[in-house]
Amino acid sequence: MTAIQTSSDAGVVLPQQKTDYIPVLLPLILALVALPLVGSFSTWTTLTLAGLAMGMMIFAMASGLTLVFGLMDVMNFGHGAFVAVGAYVAVVVFAPMAALMQSDSLSSNLMAMIPAMILAMLVTAAAGYLFERLLVRPVYGQHLKQILITMGGLIVIEQLLYASFGPQLNPLPLPTALRGSISLGAASVEKYRLLAVVVGLIVFGALQFTLTRTKLGLLIRAGVENGEMVEALGYRIRRLFVGVFMAGSALAGLGGLMWALYREQAHASIGGEMTVTTFIVIIIGGLGSVGGCFIGSILLALLANYAGFLAPKVALVSNIALMVAILLWRPRGLYPVTSR
Amino acid sequence: MILSGNPPRGKILTALLVLIVVVLALAPFLFPGSKPLNVAAKICVFALLVASYDLLLGYAGIVSFAHTMFFGIGAYGIAITLYALGPSWGAIALGLAAAIFFAALLALAIGLFSLRVQTIFFAMVTLAVASAFAVLASQLSWLTGGEDGRTFRVPEVLRPGFKLIENGPFDITISGRTLSYYLVFVSVAVLFLVMLRIVESPFGRVLQAIRENPFRAEALGYRIIHHRTIANVLAAVFAACAGALNALWLRYTGPDTSLSFNIMIDILLIVVIGGMGTLYGAIIGAALFVLAENYLQTLMGAAFGALNASGAGFIANFFNPDRWLLWLGILFILSVYFFPTGIVGKLRAEPKS
Repeated sequence: MTAIQTSSDAGVVLPQQKTDYIPVLLPLILALVALPLVGSFSTWTTLTLAGLAMGMMIFAMASGLTLVFGLMDVMNFGHGAFVAVGAYVAVVVFAPMAALMQSDSLSSNLMAMIPAMILAMLVTAAAGYLFERLLVRPVYGQHLKQILITMGGLIVIEQLLYASFGPQLNPLPLPTALRGSISLGAASVEKYRLLAVVVGLIVFGALQFTLTRTKLGLLIRAGVENGEMVEALGYRIRRLFVGVFMAGSALAGLGGLMWALYREQAHASIGGEMTVTTFIVIIIGGLGSVGGCFIGSILLALLANYAGFLAPKVALVSNIALMVAILLWRPRGLYPVTSR
Repeated sequence: MILSGNPPRGKILTALLVLIVVVLALAPFLFPGSKPLNVAAKICVFALLVASYDLLLGYAGIVSFAHTMFFGIGAYGIAITLYALGPSWGAIALGLAAAIFFAALLALAIGLFSLRVQTIFFAMVTLAVASAFAVLASQLSWLTGGEDGRTFRVPEVLRPGFKLIENGPFDITISGRTLSYYLVFVSVAVLFLVMLRIVESPFGRVLQAIRENPFRAEALGYRIIHHRTIANVLAAVFAACAGALNALWLRYTGPDTSLSFNIMIDILLIVVIGGMGTLYGAIIGAALFVLAENYLQTLMGAAFGALNASGAGFIANFFNPDRWLLWLGILFILSVYFFPTGIVGKLRAEPKS
């Protein structure tokens, strides 16, 4: 009884876990270390911003994966398929809106971009619902089958995309106003990368807000920590899970659209490629942790950009090297959330 | 069967296996021409490769996506030494030894690094490591020949130009190609029997116990990581042998024939459709898969042509021979659902008293 009284007492500070700031500092340290190595400040700014933009897009693709794992112990090896679907939505949507895309004004460009983004998210959310229903649910709780089935799902969706759109590369030109770069002081920054950073920050902000400030987020976080207890308290964790799965797929679709535009081409193999990157990112971040996933994405992208500039051959294995280094330091990732 | 006390069980299964083995053993004499022999050699190599994967997936319950990496290590080991040292048996032995050593070391490192944690983590780590390895192999062109790969010469007795018996009795010609094929066939057969023995050994039994119930196995005093790591190393070594044989047969090693992720997908499809945890599934699965790959696609091509002609252009795309992975993928998912023990499991399913 006393416990209830004290917790309702406004003056008492609830016991809180110490926030672990060391991982947050890692990207900053990396950027600072890279500065003298790169040499020129303007080049460094360009590389850093490029890294941030890339990191934001990877984060959008990976965040759903880590949440789904944290919540339901389901690792979706077919997550990359939604990335590819998002890229193809861009191809389909931008074709009839060529006039808007080629217009010089930013506002009409965005008139084309924003509906495409929303549509990509809707389509991939629907695809995620079907995927969960048909493939994940029947093998829930069986890891081995889960891995095999979701991998099979990736193959089938990739092949369906090839069958529907043909095996060729689909060119995806950037909208006119977002092409080229602007100069910030001595550094030149590609405009599209700025947009990617903005979109990524919005996604991260929205996710953080939902997770930490809403009841839904509270339930999700509680579910990650102890799903059975949440169920015992009368919440249907299955529905929550379907919702999170759909949201994660939608984010993957959004990330896929952004990534395809960044590369100015769409191809179904993008799904398999990004699967590896997203896996590395969520392993680095700690399976199940959104914050860790964010830091992991930025670390990986920054390192890839610096390494690509300083030693292109090393850049090929920088992802793996980073993963190994982080795991040697913290074997369960930056922020180990689940005990699994 | 031989040496292992691990018979196929089931009459139809035994008959099918005997049929496949006999046909493979006599392939050079039954089917003249180079394509059927290529198909037969590919079946042999894949039977070994998939069986070694089954050791991991079916017996130890570990999902690895790095199996093509070890296959590739074997293939590149042979290619690099034969390319650098010229065609000699010494170079082959050196390449094989180096490849096996390297594969075992890498498997040990990955195993110690990530087998402690659960299945999913290991699967993810192996996927990442394998993709990095593939990129590395295609970039280090001074060593591996890059995207073009390495074409190399094999010792004289294995070359198509070499004739051991020409126009012998019954018009039999035994060329270097035939000898190469038998090198592949006999090596695969021996290694396969060794694997059958391994899974029936006390070690193999413990592996299966760990797969079924790790806590109980641990409680009984078996070190889980110890056994899983050894299984991982063994599978890697067998895969490297399969890669070396494949390289010797093709006289070429490149990223597409040895490291591509498509091979990993093929392995997964074969092991699941053939039957996990049976080893024999690898033979049946590989035979079916490689035959389908080579001959079913012709059939799909015909369907594609017919549908295209009748004006169903969009639907026809789904029957394009290039899209055969689509149908295999669907078959794969359905078999994981409904026949987790695959063809072999179905054929073995006898009513138990």
